[in-house]
Amino acid sequence: MKTTLAELKRGEKGIISDVSSIEIPLKLLEMGCLPGNAVELVQVAPFQDPLYLNINGTHLAMRKETAAFILIDIINE
Amino acid sequence: MSKQINVALIGNPNTGKTSVFNALTGLNQKVGNYPGITVEKKQGICKLPRGVKAHIIDLPGTYSLNASSLDENVVIELLLNKKDKDFPEVAVVVTEVENLKRNLLLFTQIKDLEIPSILVINMSDRLSHSGISLDIPALEKAFNTKIALISTRKNQGIDELKTLISNYKELSKEPCLDATTIDAEYFNNLKAAFPNQLLYKLWLVITQDVNFGKTDRKEIEAVTKFKTKTKTDLKRLQQKETIKRYQFINNALKQGQTIDHEKAKGFRYKLDRVLTHKVWGYAIFFLILLTIFQAIYDWASVPMDMIDEAFAFLSEWTKSSLPSGAFTDLLAEGLIPGLGGIVIFIPQIAFLFLFISILEESGYMSRVVFLMDRIMRRFGLSGKSVVPLISGTACAIPAVMAARNIENWKERLITILVTPFTTCSARLPVYLIIIALVIPDERFMGLSYQALTLMFLYLLGFGTAIFSAYILDRILKIKTKSFFVVEMPNYKLPLFKNVAITVLEKTKSFVFGAGKIILAISIILWFLASYGPSDEFNNAESIVTEASENKNLSQDELDQKIASYKLEHSFIGIVGHAIEPAIEPLGYDWKTGIAIVSSFAAREVFVGTLATIYSVGNDEVESIKDRMAAEINPKTGNAMFNLASGISLLLFYAFAMQCMSTLAIVKRETNSWKWPTYQLVIMTIIAYTTALIAFQLLK
Repeated sequence: MKTTLAELKRGEKGIISDVSSIEIPLKLLEMGCLPGNAVELVQVAPFQDPLYLNINGTHLAMRKETAAFILIDIINE
Repeated sequence: MSKQINVALIGNPNTGKTSVFNALTGLNQKVGNYPGITVEKKQGICKLPRGVKAHIIDLPGTYSLNASSLDENVVIELLLNKKDKDFPEVAVVVTEVENLKRNLLLFTQIKDLEIPSILVINMSDRLSHSGISLDIPALEKAFNTKIALISTRKNQGIDELKTLISNYKELSKEPCLDATTIDAEYFNNLKAAFPNQLLYKLWLVITQDVNFGKTDRKEIEAVTKFKTKTKTDLKRLQQKETIKRYQFINNALKQGQTIDHEKAKGFRYKLDRVLTHKVWGYAIFFLILLTIFQAIYDWASVPMDMIDEAFAFLSEWTKSSLPSGAFTDLLAEGLIPGLGGIVIFIPQIAFLFLFISILEESGYMSRVVFLMDRIMRRFGLSGKSVVPLISGTACAIPAVMAARNIENWKERLITILVTPFTTCSARLPVYLIIIALVIPDERFMGLSYQALTLMFLYLLGFGTAIFSAYILDRILKIKTKSFFVVEMPNYKLPLFKNVAITVLEKTKSFVFGAGKIILAISIILWFLASYGPSDEFNNAESIVTEASENKNLSQDELDQKIASYKLEHSFIGIVGHAIEPAIEPLGYDWKTGIAIVSSFAAREVFVGTLATIYSVGNDEVESIKDRMAAEINPKTGNAMFNLASGISLLLFYAFAMQCMSTLAIVKRETNSWKWPTYQLVIMTIIAYTTALIAFQLLK
């Protein structure tokens, strides 16, 4: 199922499919947010934002508004 | 003469780069600033095998050479300028086992600058724990480098690293990525236009907003043969470059890294579930804050009292054992009380930095940022503003600098503007002494009124900071793209050595930085209080003696009268009287006025100033507090420091912008005098008004 990273639910996993949006800061790519990488939502902060993600072993937090630019495929296990 | 080489330590944040630096240099290090900017410059000396000495620079942590902050600019400015006296003969790139892949991105960039590089893989003690195994020879081959697998925690591999550094001449300079594979046409044109330059270096000059001195971007753009691109196109190329780099890293890692993913998680996730929980997360954070304040207020008061008494004793001893004269007076009444006013802060500063560095080292600070972001955003701040606001309780200067991590300019500006409201440690001595004087030492349901007052003042500071942020968020019309990324590092037990060095360094820089101002002001004040321009000052003794001839005063009382008459007609007395009309409605006399005026240099001067003013001409050396308690307001005949004037003073100090160093830092960080001027004017108006209202209501 194609969606954005902002739609991922806790415990769900996905594969990043596209990060070509010009809105995505380069720093995110440099931290490992790249197409083909697996992503898992570890924890959501109180009030539903920001998101605490595990992207291919890198743990980082980002706001939902940024996550909405990152396209992913959800994998069903 | 032994040979000395320059070594640059480079690495991502959270890789233990500073631990490596500490392990290599020990206490043989010094912290300063890069010229003209406030980025901390740490350097040290390390002895290598075969008589080689290494001059090691710990560069600011950065995720890549694509700089997005002042700290990161420092890194590429140095690496691109071969003429810099610190330009490294060898770059030591620090990575760690659990985030090796991401850490390697920076390594490939350094390699592409063709600087001889050593790859340090730190935290080898965590290998088995996280299910990772590394084949070092295979990795050395894949990355064409030398690797030191070390553990600063277990103190392993440091000697091997030193040997590698001393053999730096054998390192390969071969780059990792061929830039022409990113965009053949663009990069081939670039190469053709500048055949003698390194391609990756040119690319960095084109894409980075950094001052490079000679190789200027305009120079590149001026060459007509070469067609430039739009910003968007450049960004797309940077994205492509990053993807290419990761492809290279992935292929290389396949040669020598295997990970058992199941082993990797476990502990951190369990801890995170509690520490970022919507209830427990906040409760734990609140408890930690309480502990910090308890330490500053309660635990630090023991050594502080000792310091206060020791300096009073020293002052007395100087007076009684040196021959009397102007020099002895300067020592006993100017220099020693002035020094005491600096040293007395050491316990609190040390406690604060102890806690802050433990929170940072352990990885907990990132969880606080994560937990607070949504709430702080409501007030126009970022989760990352929490760090400046907490460090602001130590000192606004490092706090304003800590705001650099905030990517969004508007959020960063607001954070910088409101941080000086938080109760910094310079306000603390003023608070402590006024509270001790005017708030009754009684308990209400087991809680001391004095402690509650202090707690209230801290909350007032935070509250005002948050409230002003909310207002600024509405007023300031700045359009910025919001973006917020924070790494959530693994939990680590803080290393004692790192914490101790941080506390030592910060305390030292306070004592020598702020100390200089305080000391200079105390000496100037002593001169101003000990000399006067008029006949009244010079003939004080005869005037007072004549005037009190029929009053049957004892010699002591007479001396006291002469001293205070002299002070009133000294230079400082004249200044004090001139400003008295402005501060009288707030409940202060001219002596307090002098202390307030001199506090605009730095707040901590307040207590020292009063100490100096009161001790001039006073032979009875007592502690500062007793002296203040005995002070009588000549207009009313009551104690100078009573509830009304005390509260008024507390509020004035809570709000007023009385710190030249902070104003200077804000000017640097915002690059304009506009913002510090606003801060000074608006905060002082708030301070004056609240103090006025409080005094008029309470008197």
